[in-house]
Amino acid sequence: MPAIGAPTRITQGSRTRGGIGESTLRPDGTLKVTGEFAYSSDMWHEDMLWGHILRSTVAHAEIVSLDTSEALAQPGVYAVLTYDDLPTEVRNYGLEIQDTPVLANGKVRHHGEPVALVAADHPETARRAAARIRVEYRELPVITDESSATAPDAVLVHENRDDHHFAHVPHPNILHRQPIVRGDADAAAARADVIVRGEYTFGMQDQAFLGPESGLAVPEEDGGVHLYIATQWLHSDLRQIAPVLGLPEDKVRMTLAGVGGAFGGREDLSMQIHACLLALRTGKPVKIVYNRFESFFGHVHRHPARLSYEHGATRDGRLTHVRCRIVLDGGAYASASPAVVGNASSLSVGPYVVEDVDIEALALYSNNPPCGAMRGFGAVQACFAYEAQMDKVAAQLGMDPVEFRRINAMEQGTLLPTGQAVDSPAPVAELLRRVKAMPLPPERQWESSEGADVRQLPGGLSNTTHGEGVVRGIGYAVGIKNVGFSEGFDDYSTAKVRLEVVGGRPVAIVHTAMAEVGQGGVTVHAQIARTELGVTQVTIHPADTQVGSAGSTSASRQTYVTGGAVKNACELVREKVLEIGRRKFGTHHPAWATAELLLEGGKVVTDGGEVLGTLADVLEDEGVEIEAEWRHRPTQPFDLRTGQGNGHVQYSFAAHRAVVEVDTELGLVKVVELACAQDVGKALNPLSVVGQIQGGTTQGLGIAVMEEIIVDPKTAKVRNPSFTDYLIPTILDTPTIPVDVLELADDHAPYGLRGIGEAPTLSSTPAVLAAIRNATGLELNRTPVRPEHLTGTA
Amino acid sequence: MRVTFTVNGRPQEADDVWEGESLLYVLRERLGLPGSKNACEQGECGSCTVRLDGVPVCSCLVAAGQAEGREIVTVEGLAEHARERARAAAPRTSDTTGASDPSGSGPGASGTAGTPLDAARAWRAHGADPHTGDGTELAPVQQAFIDAGAVQCGFCTPGLLVAADEMLERNPNPSDADIREALSGNLCRCTGYEKIMDAVRLAAARQGEAV
Repeated sequence: MPAIGAPTRITQGSRTRGGIGESTLRPDGTLKVTGEFAYSSDMWHEDMLWGHILRSTVAHAEIVSLDTSEALAQPGVYAVLTYDDLPTEVRNYGLEIQDTPVLANGKVRHHGEPVALVAADHPETARRAAARIRVEYRELPVITDESSATAPDAVLVHENRDDHHFAHVPHPNILHRQPIVRGDADAAAARADVIVRGEYTFGMQDQAFLGPESGLAVPEEDGGVHLYIATQWLHSDLRQIAPVLGLPEDKVRMTLAGVGGAFGGREDLSMQIHACLLALRTGKPVKIVYNRFESFFGHVHRHPARLSYEHGATRDGRLTHVRCRIVLDGGAYASASPAVVGNASSLSVGPYVVEDVDIEALALYSNNPPCGAMRGFGAVQACFAYEAQMDKVAAQLGMDPVEFRRINAMEQGTLLPTGQAVDSPAPVAELLRRVKAMPLPPERQWESSEGADVRQLPGGLSNTTHGEGVVRGIGYAVGIKNVGFSEGFDDYSTAKVRLEVVGGRPVAIVHTAMAEVGQGGVTVHAQIARTELGVTQVTIHPADTQVGSAGSTSASRQTYVTGGAVKNACELVREKVLEIGRRKFGTHHPAWATAELLLEGGKVVTDGGEVLGTLADVLEDEGVEIEAEWRHRPTQPFDLRTGQGNGHVQYSFAAHRAVVEVDTELGLVKVVELACAQDVGKALNPLSVVGQIQGGTTQGLGIAVMEEIIVDPKTAKVRNPSFTDYLIPTILDTPTIPVDVLELADDHAPYGLRGIGEAPTLSSTPAVLAAIRNATGLELNRTPVRPEHLTGTA
Repeated sequence: MRVTFTVNGRPQEADDVWEGESLLYVLRERLGLPGSKNACEQGECGSCTVRLDGVPVCSCLVAAGQAEGREIVTVEGLAEHARERARAAAPRTSDTTGASDPSGSGPGASGTAGTPLDAARAWRAHGADPHTGDGTELAPVQQAFIDAGAVQCGFCTPGLLVAADEMLERNPNPSDADIREALSGNLCRCTGYEKIMDAVRLAAARQGEAV
């Protein structure tokens, strides 16, 4: 087999314990298992009030009248705010396009839109007061899909658009459209021996992070406010919050409170501005905590999508061309939809060699719930469809589906549809080979000496079968995800690192604004500092806005970019330390000038291992502190007409094999095993890497067989905003997830690492679908699959 | 109203409790014990699991008044609860045999795949990371969650710990299927549950070694 890449080699810090490559334990682990870790919903302040948000009960309507007088008169109520109370002319916010009203301005565009705010001395008082606000709506027709959005007489979700996408979209209810044309799909189609077309539907998934949206806003003496908040990006929040409050950014202090998961759902603001407005109005600290019902309305979801694909292939199993059209429903406000369109289009053919493509992806404005970032970000929907297509083409050709994928697998150097070369290892065929080579779980795994264990059968403890009607299926899928912000975004991170000697012991302090949302960034920052500075004791400073931006905890980017920034800052500190050492001791030993010097175990050593001095000798009472920004390679926007451009930074690849057992009579599915092989470039913390892969895999399982926000197509109202009706996988639904980790360095990235968080969420879903198709012989063109789709009773 | 009950072995009194308040709310907002979590407040996720007179319950679904005169154990008291249990069990060694199949050959006793126990054991912490919380005494199941990588965002962790500790108290030698059944009321969104399985197996194995 030709070389497909090589692992990273490390010298500096390789002899210091707890550095990169070790499965060091989380620095916040003890606090989290004892209940001491302070999440945003745990914040408490003397005299604090509780905020509550009144939300629209209809999806699309003009507000005819709004009367808050009765609410204000309730004992215990301190403030009631509406649009008219907003303090400045800046009354909208948004990640890219400022189209989202802080509070409804005479109109609501989706079910659950914020209309008014209440602050009271007890959360129930605030809720009851909100219920006494009288709102009269005049309902408008609802836009719920592409045909209603682009109908000749369609109402416009946003009138008077002036955003930068407006000039190139075919209709005002289309937020952004990205075509990609490369080669000649018509000519290539003429060469095809088989052509396969498919129409696919992808349901709306919720991030369902467990820690609800929450925070505490504390008014400060200088007229500013201090917000303790769970978010994915402090500085992005700050940029959106401060103008609405009419405050300079330095008067809005932000500290990251404990974050109970995110998965994209905290990229947009939720209650941040609302809590600050109430705190500034009342002069008292205000806490807002959503309950689960409100959380379903309080953040964007994963875009539901309609996908049309045409694949062609020659008899020998080579893809000739792909034509596809991906329609993403962005809902009422823009959020991250334009970037999701960029991902969906540029990654729409998957990790395969396809030279002739004709691609179109677009996002609608509608009156459905706003959709934006969720783990996998546009690449998930595409992967579901192109992997279904790959299986169908293989079946038409009479080929093994894994072999068909291997023949067409991308390699290093392959061009994406955008014309960009993949310039790092792309071990697509190898990942498929590995995942296929894993041992299969035994047939009839539910059988034991005591008979069938129903817990291991479809239907579980419902005791619906002891094996009758149960059929096994196996399916494979592989995907490609970009890492980092694409399309020309200035995607930098900042890190401040201080090295000092305290009580004779060297200590490194790492300060970034990185949002630790559970992924373990704080663990790897400490590991990087140990490796780069050769010290064992590292303190992670709480994340806040007193240091420069660390960018978003999303796009699988934090270990790469903020990790890169920590590495860079550590290197600058190390240089400075060595410079001080040379100045102080250079005349004592020639090696100070001649040898390659490393920091190991709190000492300055030569690359031959000779000790030249301790950090205590070099630094004495002075610390070295450096704050620096760090950037990955720049990217380019995609051409608006052809989609060509070097839009991406890096790629992440994962492959899955799903083994399912289906009760074909009742349509119940038991996923028995979901094996994954993923290339991670370099596993900085192998334990956390496997944890990310297993977690991402499980979210993909959820969208395959259970998770979907149901929106009534007539009213655009959300029908299942609860964990009773929106199901996420429990420990009984989740199979064993064996993981095979490959480490082939990307030479452009720090330590050769790859961002890893999202790739496993891509291929998990289509692998499960493929396995269910394998078991049942059904076509199954939508996800999630529900029992009625398997029993023909839909 | 006033509610008087015992929390983690200490008598507690909460005044001015509104009748509609849940036990979860009183613990978190009135008694300064926010360890029990508020992920759904609908009784679906298990993040608020506490023990009420020994029985695991979703404290979000227990009206505070129902706790009057009763004993509560929360995640904050788990280490002490485990220590007391160990002390009570100490004079009589191994009174647990017979409670379950010691051969471990029950249904699904060991996973057909996933992380083997030996690998899980290799992650045992060797000296705590010199950081916040260092030196805190932990229940075996708490330590196992840290060591096995079962904690990511950690929001489900307190409820899972209370539930897992209770299961291990009843069933010191659980099969995988037993673990899954016992923890099926506790949602986790980060881990995919594999490391949680590892953690509970690890805690059971260490508990077995200690007997």
